[in-house]
Parts: sequence; structure tokens; C-alpha cells
Amino acid sequence: MNRPKSFRQSMAWLHTWSGLVVGWVLFAIFVTGTASYYRTEISHWMRPELPDAIPDPVAAATGAGTFLRKTMPEAAGWSIKLPNADMTAVEVYWWQTIGGPFHHALLDPATGERSTVRDTRGGDFLYRFHFELNMPPIWGRWIVSACAMILLIALISGIVTHRRIFADFFTFRRDRSAQRGWLDAHNVMGVLALPFHLMIVYTGLVTLASMLMPWAVKTGYHGDIRRYYADAGLMIAGRPPAGRPGAGLPLGEIVSRAIAATGETPEHVTVSNPGDAAATVTAYFEEPPGLAHLHPQIAYDAATGVELGRVGEAGAATRTGAVMIGLHEAHFAAAPLRFLFFLCGLMGAGTVATGLVLWTVARAPKNAAPEGLGLRLVRILNLGTIAGLPTGLAAYFLANRLLPVTLDARADWEVGAFFTVWVLAAMASALYPRPRAWSIALTVPAFAFLAIPVIDSMTAGQVRFVGFDGAMALLGLLLFLAARLAGRRALARRPAKERLHGTAEA
Amino acid sequence: MSAGGVNARRGTVRAYRLAVAARVLLAIVGGYGVAALASALLALVLPVARPEAVSTGMIASFAIMAAAVIWVFAARTVGRAALVLGLAAASLIAALWCAGAFQAGGAA
Repeated sequence: MNRPKSFRQSMAWLHTWSGLVVGWVLFAIFVTGTASYYRTEISHWMRPELPDAIPDPVAAATGAGTFLRKTMPEAAGWSIKLPNADMTAVEVYWWQTIGGPFHHALLDPATGERSTVRDTRGGDFLYRFHFELNMPPIWGRWIVSACAMILLIALISGIVTHRRIFADFFTFRRDRSAQRGWLDAHNVMGVLALPFHLMIVYTGLVTLASMLMPWAVKTGYHGDIRRYYADAGLMIAGRPPAGRPGAGLPLGEIVSRAIAATGETPEHVTVSNPGDAAATVTAYFEEPPGLAHLHPQIAYDAATGVELGRVGEAGAATRTGAVMIGLHEAHFAAAPLRFLFFLCGLMGAGTVATGLVLWTVARAPKNAAPEGLGLRLVRILNLGTIAGLPTGLAAYFLANRLLPVTLDARADWEVGAFFTVWVLAAMASALYPRPRAWSIALTVPAFAFLAIPVIDSMTAGQVRFVGFDGAMALLGLLLFLAARLAGRRALARRPAKERLHGTAEA
Repeated sequence: MSAGGVNARRGTVRAYRLAVAARVLLAIVGGYGVAALASALLALVLPVARPEAVSTGMIASFAIMAAAVIWVFAARTVGRAALVLGLAAASLIAALWCAGAFQAGGAA
């Protein structure tokens, strides 16, 4: 293999190409994942009809149970997310088989019937896109995981490549040359948040470990994942159905027992084999304070309300895995720390974006020479992803306010708006003249984000959304600033003298 | 990125591309394979409670895969990379066999 022989040079090669291959998907994963830190806030904003007052969880559980018994009495399982400050409606899921499909409805806790608030997937769409890319879950999760593994490789090889990692940390030479500026921006954002990047990619892989690496469970437990979960202290061992029909107590009755037993309201309850005599209700409580993503659980007999068992104590290794998942999701983080995670996530997206741009800048033809096919393709994909995705995001929020509230399959229309606008923005950006492409492409989402508070004040117009609207306006201004910077750089561009691996060595 | 690859004649470019493809394939198949085998072995042989060993195997597997992939791209030749990964996989399989993973009914 005719590659440079030194370890650093082979790692520079690996960093460049592994980063390029998955860069576009990684950018989308970073942006939607970062937005997911504010998933509940986004969902709040996207359902302006929901009141802030928290309804009684006991009555809500009973109402949800009645609804589910009517909808699918013979289900394999039901799941009820009880109302709390984050979500004042009741979210229910039900499924005929363990493999899905999983049906979903939002219930009005006052009536126990389907809620009349606007149909939307809210922040959950961005959250699921983050690890499923809106594909069939198995496919999406494997693709995202492959990208995560390649990112881990890119991070390790990037660290090796970067010899003067500490000195360069204080170096930002925006005006020396276009390529220097992009390289320094890539380095500053990559290195400043490096612990976050390493943490987020590894812990992300751990969240999907049981799907990605089932081999330890295969040898240790003959592949019986439920027995592993029960032994490890992650879940309560289930019991098989009795095979004869049975009637459960009102769910609220079991929720009040759970509240009496712990002094806390469960986050959600699941019912397995609800129509069966051996139906089991499991109450899941919020994680106790701390980093670990370990939900205390109590299982009850659905018919008698007798406690069947509690989740065991997790050992050190299992707890370590749970802490990793907890760090990834940052549920433990109070507002300031969550904001720091959000900033780190943005820097992750920025590192990917500047890395992608750097690839094209380092290979840009000098003077007016025409671009090669590969370079042109990468440049257009860069524009379409880095500027196109934010445009789609803004369209998703705008569609939430502009589509008629009673529209059929409204949630699908919102998602459709996200993808349609993203694709349109990407196609348009391919047509912009090359020197001004970035400034035009970034101005579009800037205006789209600035439009959100305006449209919101004209439609929903509620004081409690001022924070969200302000954040959208700020994002718009930041994109505007980025567009101006890109425009200025295009004018001042000087031919870059060094090739990329020359600069990485410097 | 390789100046050698870019400047070389067409035949060498082809050989270069084949070598890159071989490394990518080896990184994916070999890297995952070694990580999967190591994860399976850790679950059986670690001197801790069974669920703890399984958790450790799962958590550690990604670091093992990353190390294997880095090795594949850092090795002087593809053959060397393949040889070392092959030896690692063979010894892991042998250790799994000793631990009883392949007996009827398995070790658990």
C-alpha cells in the first residue's frame, strides 16, 4: 500500500477519509441530538393548546386504562406515560406483538379520550431522527451506530494527527488564509469540546449495545436478554401469561399503591398481557438524583394489586453502563449544565461542518480552474446538509404553526415539510454561484428562523413561549452572522498554498 | 491524501485502491469480529458475577473494536494487519472453546 509510512501520517489519512464518508449523516445526528436536549421544551412549544396545570395522575391512569381496554383489550402490552410538568397530557402506546407496530395516542386526562390538541410529533421526531434517521428502526440504528463507530475512529486518529494539540488550542488564524481559518475553527471546536465528543460517541454506542453487541448475552445467558436485564438489576423478570382471561383493577388503584409505597408518582406504567389473568403492571419511577440512568421499578399483579417484586440492585459494571447512558441523555443535568451540553453538541456539529468544508477548501482549484466531479459533489452535499438541514428544521417549526389544526395526518405533514424544505434548500444551494453560495445558503435558514417568533406571535401568541421564540431568533441571528462571515471570506479568499496534510503537520 | 498514490501511474493507483478497499473490509469484518469474540469471552471468564461480566463485555467491546480498526490502518501492510487480527481471533476462539462456549448447551 503506497501510503506514507509514519503512524501520524496514516492516522491523518484515516481522519480525513473516515470523517468525509460519514460527515453529512454525522452532522444531522449531532444537530438533532443537540436539539433533543430541549426535547420537552420543543414538544411544549409545538402543542400550544396544552395547559400548564398538572392533572391528577391517579385519575389519568384510570382513564388511560379504560381507553386502552376499549382500544386493544388483547394487546401484548400497554404503556402509559403519566402527566407531569413536562407533559400535561397522557401519552399511551399499545401493541399486539412485542415486535410492534406500536400504536400511539395522546389522551386528554379530563375525558380519557383522544386529546384535541394539534397532532404533532413535537420534539420526539428530532429525538428519534437522532438515532433512527426516520428509517425503519433497525436500519436507522445500525446506520447511526456505524457512523458513531467511524466518528470514534475519526476522533482517535484526529488526536494522533494533531501533534501540537495544546499550542494550537490557543491559535485561531482566521485572516491568514481561508484554509488556515477553517482548520483552526475545526481544531478549536473539536479540541475545546473533545471530552464531550469522546464521551457522547462512546456512550451513544453503549445505549444501543444490546443490539450492536449481543454476543456477551449470547454466551453468558444463551441470548436470553430478559434474564440478563433481570439479573443485572435493570428490569423486573416478567411472568408468562396464564392463558385465561382476567380483569384488572382500575389502573389508578395500582398507581396510588405505587405512590403510597414510595412517596413518588411513577413516570410511566406498563401492563403486560393486559387481558390475561396473569397480567402484570409495572410502575417505573424517575431516576433517583445522580448520573446513572437506572429507573426504580415495582411490579404489581394487575388483578389483585399485590406487589410482585422490585428491580434488583445493579452491580458496579452495570451501573457504569447506566452512568454512560445517563451522561448521554443528560436527564440529570440542571439548566446551566444542560446548556453546556447543548453548546458542546453545537460545537460537535460545528466540528463536523468545518471539517467537511475544510476538505473542499484544501482541494479548491486555484484561480478560475473548473472543479472536478468529486470536489463538486462534496461541495454541494456540504451546502445541502450544513445549510439545508437548519432550513428544514425551521420549516418543521413553522409548519407546526401554519398548518390547519384539524388537518388529517397533521403530524406527517409537519415531518413532510421538514424533508421537503430540506431537499428544496439543498437543490437550490447547488445552483448558487460558487463564490457566494455559502452566504446565500446560510441566509435562507437565518430568515426562516427569524420568521418563527413572528409567526408564533401571530398564531399562538402566548407569553410562556417567549423563551423559545427568543432562542429561535438568536439562532437566526447566528446563522445570519455565519452567512456574513462566509461572504466576507469569499471576497478575501487567497489561494491556499499548503495541501491539507501539510497543514495538519504544522 | 497519499502523494505516492496520487502521483503514481494508473496501475499503481489501482493497486492502491485495492489495498485501501482491503483495509476497509478488514477493519469492518475483522474489527467487529474480534470485538464480538472478546465481548463473548469476557462474559464467560471475568471473575465477577455473571450479569457484571456480561455488562463489562458489552461496554468494553466498542473500545476493542476501535483499537482493532486503528491497528488495521496503522499496520505497515494489509497482510500484517490481517495476520495479527487473525491470530487474535483464533486465540479468542480457542479461549472461548476452553471456556465451554461451543459445548452443547453452552457454558451458561
